[in-house]
Amino acid sequence: MPSLRDFRRRIKSLQSTQKICKAMKAVATAKMAKAQVAVTAARPYARQIQEVLGRLSQAAGDVKHPLLAVREPKKVCYIVITADRGLCGGFNSNILRTALREAEAHPGAALVAVGRKARNFFRFRKMPVEAEFTGLGEDIKFAFARQITKIPIEKYAAGEYDAVYVVYSKFVNILVQQPTVVKILPVDPPTEQAGQEEKKKGPEPLYIFEPSAEAVLYDLLPKYVETVIFHAILESKAGEHSARMTAMDGATKNTEDMIGRTTLRMNRVRQEGITKELLDIVGGAAALE
Amino acid sequence: MAEKLQNLVVVTPARVVFTDEVRMVSARSVAGDLGILPDHAPLITTLKTDVVRIQKDGRWRHMAVSNGFMEAKNNRVVILADAAEMAEEIDSDRARRAKERAEERLRSKASEIDLVRAEAALLRAMARLKAIDMAGSGRH
Repeated sequence: MPSLRDFRRRIKSLQSTQKICKAMKAVATAKMAKAQVAVTAARPYARQIQEVLGRLSQAAGDVKHPLLAVREPKKVCYIVITADRGLCGGFNSNILRTALREAEAHPGAALVAVGRKARNFFRFRKMPVEAEFTGLGEDIKFAFARQITKIPIEKYAAGEYDAVYVVYSKFVNILVQQPTVVKILPVDPPTEQAGQEEKKKGPEPLYIFEPSAEAVLYDLLPKYVETVIFHAILESKAGEHSARMTAMDGATKNTEDMIGRTTLRMNRVRQEGITKELLDIVGGAAALE
Repeated sequence: MAEKLQNLVVVTPARVVFTDEVRMVSARSVAGDLGILPDHAPLITTLKTDVVRIQKDGRWRHMAVSNGFMEAKNNRVVILADAAEMAEEIDSDRARRAKERAEERLRSKASEIDLVRAEAALLRAMARLKAIDMAGSGRH
């Protein structure tokens, strides 16, 4: 049976574990707040570029562009976005499971790993990755999204890939992160609601394009793809922190429970010891009489 | 009579840089300079990395815009850009250093990708310095 000292040591260790969990939760909470601000700040741009692209593709009619070309999806590329670190519940494994299922459904799929967890996962399974990006940090720059999309865009335009998807964790709310698979190439020109309503009212206004619809589209399409990836990373980041917050909150509560249970057992052992000593004394006294 | 105004929004992936009612927006597109007044015909264009000028109540304000797109429609002008700052937000020392760095890189015979990047950096820095200069001198 463990001695009193063993129990005390155990409780002390649990207490320091609890402190660490609490601290990690506090850090995750602060980082999540920041990440949410970043998501919100990026939203106007995403919405605007979507609107402009929608109107542009509507007004430009059937313009040919390599990023719009629809092919039979034989060779598919997946951009998988996870966190760099663990200790955030099922956050990473949920995405990786989704990614693995998708990749197995499309034999020979190319993979782009974003986040250390994704890279390690594929490396461990000896699945070749096309490119890997780790060490995302907290301050996600748009240029980072550009780096990630560079290879998939080039290879799609060259006809090496027939479709490109992004697998990421959609930030539904603080408690729910949804592993999501979104097609980014070929680009489906967004048909915006506002445009539809206006169409009912009358014909679309004739746009002037400087220098030409094709030229503007040529610049705008890659940027749109980058925006989608940028947004996915920001959402994934916010989701990672909220998942970690939830996980650490649970861990803090669990250590609390364990401390309670251990204390209870310790007291029982202590009580037993006292009772035994008392019995010894009483027995000893009785023997003297 | 109050002058007729139009809405201008300038957004970058990181933030909304500017949003207000203005009289005129003057920008440099790839095809040439454009001045947008209220009731302009619908327009979509690619902008050069340069200064965008905004006029309201007879006063001009200047803004450095990198890799932008501009859409004008129904008295609403939207500029989408990789980066944009108002002249008063720009750190002139930083822009000057960035310009020197880019020029240095262009002089050294680096790889092709680096050259493209350095050129873009140079254009950005020059647009920023120009915005400060124009705002400071009252020229427009």
